[in-house]
Amino acid sequence: MNRLLLAVVAAGFALGVAGCGEQAEVTVYKQGKYQGKPDKDPWDNDQFKSDKNAWEKSVKARNLSQNEYVRITGN
Amino acid sequence: MARMKFLADAERCIECNGCVTACKQEHEIPWGVNRRRVVTMNDGVPGEKSISVDCMHCSDAPCMAVCPVDCFYKSNEGVVLHDKDLCIGCGYCFYACPFGAPQFPQDGAFGLRGKMDKCTFCAGGPEPDHSAAEYKKYGRNRLAEGKLPACAEMCATKALLGGDSDVISDIYRDRVLKRGKGSEVWGWGTAYGKPDAKPASQPGGKS
Repeated sequence: MNRLLLAVVAAGFALGVAGCGEQAEVTVYKQGKYQGKPDKDPWDNDQFKSDKNAWEKSVKARNLSQNEYVRITGN
Repeated sequence: MARMKFLADAERCIECNGCVTACKQEHEIPWGVNRRRVVTMNDGVPGEKSISVDCMHCSDAPCMAVCPVDCFYKSNEGVVLHDKDLCIGCGYCFYACPFGAPQFPQDGAFGLRGKMDKCTFCAGGPEPDHSAAEYKKYGRNRLAEGKLPACAEMCATKALLGGDSDVISDIYRDRVLKRGKGSEVWGWGTAYGKPDAKPASQPGGKS
């Protein structure tokens, strides 16, 4: 009788903790290391001559010109 | 400089495909490759919405993660680029990309898949700026000319914004505040203004 009870308790315990072994199934991507040629910054060329500020100014002016509310009212 | 991003405004896109044409023309994209395309939901139904889709230059790009030869890199401006000399054309990036951005030109007989081609945010590639090799492999490098992507700059309705994410977010925020939030955000009133109180046809006038 005791042996049967022990077996039932052991089986119940095993079933109870069975879920604890579940592994996360969401893939975690690991970034590799780039193996290709190095690239330069867009201001490192003949036009901007490594002047980052000049490049940023040029891009910002283009950026802001996409706002037609400003273009129409002239603000 | 913050991250470079695209922002597509579904309320404004009129499915003209001007962005697709601009991209094709700017980089001389071969037949069968579309770096950019316009997707329309509920096509033909009143209230249909279109959006221009291409590489979104993800902050945590899955294409970079799955590439077996690690040919992807991210520029300091947040643009996801790749080295075509390393690409083996396996297509893993295509399966990983949620936007279907990677394109594979036919290369050789029997539809053999060539090296991957995708939107570069008009930033060229790892070849020297403005070189013939860069143009041939990746297209024109407008960013190195102090310009923004041709698709965004060409967009007639400014549905597609491209550039510094902070600036284009401000533009979009300003736009949304001006146009409201109800039924007026799309349709005739928004596009052409409110209808005149006067009757459409004047006596003696042309109909």
